[in-house]
Amino acid sequence: MTDLSQDALEIAGVRYRSRLLVGTGKYKDMAETGRAIEASGAEIVTVAIRRTNIGQNPDEPNLLDVVPPDRYTILPNTAGCFTAEDAVRTCRLARELLDGHKLVKLEVLADQKTLFPNVVETLKAAEVLVKDGFDVMVYTSDDPIIARELSAMGCVAVMPLAGLIGSGMGICNPWNLRIILEEATVPVLVDAGVGTASDATIAMELGCAGVLMNSAIAHADQPVLMAQAMHHAVLAGRGAYLAGRMPRKLYATASSPLDGTIR
Amino acid sequence: MQIYLNGEAYSLDRVISLAELIELTGLTGKRLAIELNLDIVPRSQHAETLLSDGDRVEIVHAIGGG
Repeated sequence: MTDLSQDALEIAGVRYRSRLLVGTGKYKDMAETGRAIEASGAEIVTVAIRRTNIGQNPDEPNLLDVVPPDRYTILPNTAGCFTAEDAVRTCRLARELLDGHKLVKLEVLADQKTLFPNVVETLKAAEVLVKDGFDVMVYTSDDPIIARELSAMGCVAVMPLAGLIGSGMGICNPWNLRIILEEATVPVLVDAGVGTASDATIAMELGCAGVLMNSAIAHADQPVLMAQAMHHAVLAGRGAYLAGRMPRKLYATASSPLDGTIR
Repeated sequence: MQIYLNGEAYSLDRVISLAELIELTGLTGKRLAIELNLDIVPRSQHAETLLSDGDRVEIVHAIGGG
């Protein structure tokens, strides 16, 4: 029997016990961020790279104090970038910021309203970053052809959206995800769209290697509790995927034997 | 002279290094990364990198994001 406790997600040659990856945005404060991340059991944690506030709040708490890089694998993202050039600059700044760290989450967005990936710019940026030695986990649309291109290019993980970023709409097109998963040569993680625990479970049952989420936890009424729920949801979905579900049948099949029924 | 620091005009009364700029802006000891005219300047070169008039400096750090 497969032992779930031995199950690991391997990305760029590193094995992770948790298949739940979490973001650090939108929390009430740093303390809540730290508690929710810890409760999620996530080992890979995304951060954004932004300009420092010159001359303001010099003593503001530092995110990397609540998610220390010696404890978590920090995954800097390129959120907010709308061109390949800005995304590449952001990744290079992140690498300097994190002492030569190579793992990045590439996302190049198309517009503010949908935050849908601009796949043309994403492909351009991915090519430059892979050549430059980055381990690129790439946020993309659920287009199987683009996913195939990105993995052929050398991205270490392909991360299609399940729904729009921050929408909480769940797994909107499981069929495309299935096609992407069927031909995947690198880990495929659902990134964006998850709204509640069952969404994460469905993604894992489809065979995704992991799930990345932020708003679903941070915007829950009780983020720490939702982080725990997501931890269980990802484990449940992974377990069910590995276990192999029973076939669907149109008609009933009794679970209790009919023999020996009193008359 | 004047530089552009994180997109805003920033006046300097003399030539200073990036390390001095970090001190001047109260960012000493913070974990940050610097880009000067679109090129990364490694931490080890902050002290020896002098600013010139019109330079574009970006100083970034990590914040919450998904």
